[in-house]
Amino acid sequence: MTDWNYLNERRGLWSWLTTLDHKRIGVMYLWSTLLAFFLGGVFAMLIRLELLTPGKTVMSAETYNKMFTLHGAVMIFLFIIPSIPAALGNFVLPLLLGAKDVAFPRLNLASYYLYLAGALMALASLAAGGIDTGWTFYTPYSTSTGGAVNLVTLAVFVLGFSSIFTGINFIATVHKLRAPGMSWFRMPLFVWGMYATAVIQILATPVLGITVLLLLMERLLGIGIFDPKLGGDPVLFQHFFWFYSHPAVYIMILPGMAIISEVIPVFSRRPIFGYRAIAFSSVAIAGVSFLVWGHHMFVSGQSVLASAIFSFLTFLVAIPSAVKVFNWVATMYRGSISLQAPMLYAICFLLLFAIGGLTGLFLGALATDVHLHDTYFVVAHFHYVMMGGTVIAFLAGLHYWWPKMFGRMYSERWSRVAAGLVFVGFNATFLAQFVLGSRGMPRRYYNYLPEFQPLHILSTVGSWTLALGLLIMAGYLLASLRRPPDAPPNPWGGLTLEWRTGSPPPVHNFERTPRVEGGPYDFPLVPEEAAAGRRP
Amino acid sequence: MITWLRELLMPAAGTAYARQVDDLFLFLTGLTLFFFLLIAGLTAWFVVRYRRARGAARGAAPSRHTALEVAWSVIPLALVIVIFFWGFHGYINAAVPPADALEIKVTGRKWLWQFEYPNGLRTINELHVPVAKPVRLVMISEDVIHSFYVPTFRIKQDVLPGKYTQLWFQAAETGVHRLLCAEFCGTGHSDMLGAIHVQGAEEYSQWLEKGGEGAEAVPAAQLGRLLYAKYGCDACHSLDGSRGEGPSFRGVFGRPVRLADGRSVPADENYLRESILQPQAKVVAGFQPVMPTFQGLLREREIAALIEFIKEQK
Repeated sequence: MTDWNYLNERRGLWSWLTTLDHKRIGVMYLWSTLLAFFLGGVFAMLIRLELLTPGKTVMSAETYNKMFTLHGAVMIFLFIIPSIPAALGNFVLPLLLGAKDVAFPRLNLASYYLYLAGALMALASLAAGGIDTGWTFYTPYSTSTGGAVNLVTLAVFVLGFSSIFTGINFIATVHKLRAPGMSWFRMPLFVWGMYATAVIQILATPVLGITVLLLLMERLLGIGIFDPKLGGDPVLFQHFFWFYSHPAVYIMILPGMAIISEVIPVFSRRPIFGYRAIAFSSVAIAGVSFLVWGHHMFVSGQSVLASAIFSFLTFLVAIPSAVKVFNWVATMYRGSISLQAPMLYAICFLLLFAIGGLTGLFLGALATDVHLHDTYFVVAHFHYVMMGGTVIAFLAGLHYWWPKMFGRMYSERWSRVAAGLVFVGFNATFLAQFVLGSRGMPRRYYNYLPEFQPLHILSTVGSWTLALGLLIMAGYLLASLRRPPDAPPNPWGGLTLEWRTGSPPPVHNFERTPRVEGGPYDFPLVPEEAAAGRRP
Repeated sequence: MITWLRELLMPAAGTAYARQVDDLFLFLTGLTLFFFLLIAGLTAWFVVRYRRARGAARGAAPSRHTALEVAWSVIPLALVIVIFFWGFHGYINAAVPPADALEIKVTGRKWLWQFEYPNGLRTINELHVPVAKPVRLVMISEDVIHSFYVPTFRIKQDVLPGKYTQLWFQAAETGVHRLLCAEFCGTGHSDMLGAIHVQGAEEYSQWLEKGGEGAEAVPAAQLGRLLYAKYGCDACHSLDGSRGEGPSFRGVFGRPVRLADGRSVPADENYLRESILQPQAKVVAGFQPVMPTFQGLLREREIAALIEFIKEQK
């Protein structure tokens, strides 16, 4: 094929570095975030290796503390937060809306360069001695410890603006650039999810920026804000920090849910069950997300009344989440289900997110949380939500849109092998950690009691399986790029607008502006079934 | 089955409260298993039955069903309300110590725990308590945030610099329990361990008599009296209830105090501490804000001793 598309119309490094095309920016984000994922993964493997035995296995306590700090910071700020919105979202959001680009292409590129700058600053901290505060930077530890805390918190500040820019862009794009005929309730659910995410990004991220600035003022100028020695309040930092970082959890999971809402209907050939309920539940989750930060602080010394209110509000998040899960399952009912790679990952998501969500009940309930807080139970819970949920959904989305992005299909057989290894490895790694936690193993422990070793061994072996699965995935995806383009415009039979243009799409996305006549999931009766006359 | 799950998932329960927490934990475990199996079962059933390769009956299913959607919103809502109140009930029990609790002071520091008993005895990393008697811990940190965690009691409380936090428990049987630090505090975090020795009443009082290692003989209240004179508190604060430049210490502890701005606050440990370190923060009605700050002048033990001394002026 000699079709001109966004990949081959202009060539050379400079054309990429100065591009304003949302697709190219999305692709640059994709490779950058995948690199961060790899790096964070290497840190994770080293952590698991160290925990194979109590006491020293391969590294010192100081190194271990820096390792888990970097693992958390890299995975959250450099990978998960930008992965779906800035990488996949950037690429497909305008396509899904039938637009030529995002509303502010220059802002979009600026967002990428801020991301790059923030990422380089965070990584430069490695050379500057690393940091050992944990990704949460709790005071007064973070104001009293040495290392490159200033550099990393400044990096977080910069990355925050990158995230805000993406959010602004998406909100403006959704409001102003929808194709003719695309009313709000004809928007694909991915767009609803991105919209809800963008609202949180814009409203919550500035608080993180201010918090790290206050931290820097205390560290550099000795202004007492958090350090009790200077008259500050260390718990105030936790309030500020979680005021951003709890909504940030939804910045991470809502895009994952949004992908699943695309994949399940397409691979079930069924209209999504309860479109409006799913759309509104995204908005509801975004709203409630601002009111629950105190559930990270049940044992911090905050008042009993505050804890009770935060606990109650936290449980309210369970409702829209449960509605989504049941709606996804109901969508498969009487469908025509094809277990190709994106759907395989979507089903992994359903199962893992269910565990992640349900174990949240233990942590929302006050009495059980007091026991489980800051133990491996929490570590397992948020990995089930963040990795089992968001990262698996990201992989579903990556497999779903890969042919659209690069014009190549990948090996279906290897994708099954990889998905199986990822699923088994993930569960081995983190199910063990639930039990470690409920039995009383605190997190961020370099050394541990010998009785915990069998479960740590299981967890470490699980992490090897998980890593093997991900490496195989990297292998077949990269291998597909070396083959000639073979992806048809619509390999999965989707009805959303991105499938109405070429794979990969031309520079301006569509030959002519698409008109939207119906909903994004109005799948007709399945042909073979109509022919067979097997209607009930 | 339930006992088996309890023993698999939880460490042995050392208090009656721990059993209560376990009940909720096991209820939630059952709920999680039920809903997980429901979701996984339905998914598996649909995937097998409606596989594309298999020409099963399809298509004619509604894409919305109000009754169903209401059901799976309302049922979870009812369940989480039950869970909330159950968890809240336990939390309240853990938050309010009985009035007759034995009080022990805890100081956390990188990377050890220090305990001080009512008779002035001090121990490091080893807490001795009598069995079947409520024990209240008043805790403070000398550096960063630590967290006092006893898995077998299912209790945990952050230990903060600059503010007292408290925790209480009543051990059911004699034995040894593990104490861990649960808030990351640096290099030695995972080695900041201690042991709680639950002893019979007799054995405990004998231990107190003999004294543990590192005992400093002066009881806190007595040290407080020395400091009261040494730092010149006596110039303004009387002990007999007479009015000086500042309010008398007599009977002040535990009573509500009316402030210059019209509010009324209870004179608890944190109030006294704040009034020593930041006297201008809460000025008592009818007095001038003339007291100097003692921030940075007093060691943690000295502040505690002064408060103990004030407590005794009944």
